[in-house]
Amino acid sequence: MDVTAKVKEIIVEELGVDASEVTPEAKFIEDLGADSLDTVELIMKFEEEFDLEIEDDEAEKLTTVGEAINFLKGKLQ
Amino acid sequence: MDFSGKTAVITGSSRGIGKAIAEAYAKNGATVCIIDLMEDGVSSVVDEFTNKGYICHGYTCDVTDSARTEKVIKEIYKLTGSINILVNNAGITKDGLIIKMKESNWDAVINVNLKGTFNCVQKACRYMMKQPGNSIINIASVIGLIGNAGQANYAASKAGIIGLTKSVAKEFAARGLRCNAIAPGFIKTAMTDTLPEDIVRGYSEAIPMKRMGSPEDIADLCLFLASEMSSYITGQVINVDGGLVMN
Repeated sequence: MDVTAKVKEIIVEELGVDASEVTPEAKFIEDLGADSLDTVELIMKFEEEFDLEIEDDEAEKLTTVGEAINFLKGKLQ
Repeated sequence: MDFSGKTAVITGSSRGIGKAIAEAYAKNGATVCIIDLMEDGVSSVVDEFTNKGYICHGYTCDVTDSARTEKVIKEIYKLTGSINILVNNAGITKDGLIIKMKESNWDAVINVNLKGTFNCVQKACRYMMKQPGNSIINIASVIGLIGNAGQANYAASKAGIIGLTKSVAKEFAARGLRCNAIAPGFIKTAMTDTLPEDIVRGYSEAIPMKRMGSPEDIADLCLFLASEMSSYITGQVINVDGGLVMN
């Protein structure tokens, strides 16, 4: 599975942003316009799509697209 | 009011106020999902409603059981494609003066009334926030506002529901998901039928309108609070009590 592509696809769908905006450096809140509820929804969607659990303290550290991709890649290994 | 195409989930709806609420939505075209602890109660309401031509599904579920509640809510969402209205009505009483109240009776009432409401809100909100215009209605009680001797557990649970309601309203207001509480006064149901006659007479005397309410009085407000007519109302507690408690 291409984790990077899947993560980007989920972000585009959940946050309603353009795929071109979803760069590794993009911050969910500052750059992609997510509010606190959006970020929780995003994490829940990751959990559902990748069939894994993300603890609250882990989720807090995922502020950019790249961080989320790297974290999920690590979890899936 | 037309609720065609809307899904309404009502807990504790095999009888009393919950059943009246479910019937009100069903009569107005909604798909109603009956949730109740009592299996027999669920099937008899589903049979009755189906015979009346209502669209209705039944689920036996203990709302204090988080995993079971999650499963049921998910099943409803998969079946109907949306959850538009959630009415948290499931509630119990286990009365007794504090000095003699068993810890188990305190826990049971807090668990069903307050944690049960939390469980349903938590499991349903992720589906309800997907599109604006949905509504959560929590059934509190005037006892949660004014207290009552012999009902410390019940009063605390209902006051808790009011705090929960306001927090839910704030968390989801920006998404257009509203949450309000209804505080019924003395309503004629199986719960109040167990009260001694002289107590009931005493209560009725204290009500400015001099009579107990009916489950339909609560159901009518539920229709309003789930409709577009109340689209700018959230985080409120509305008493339906014949004037018993005036804020």
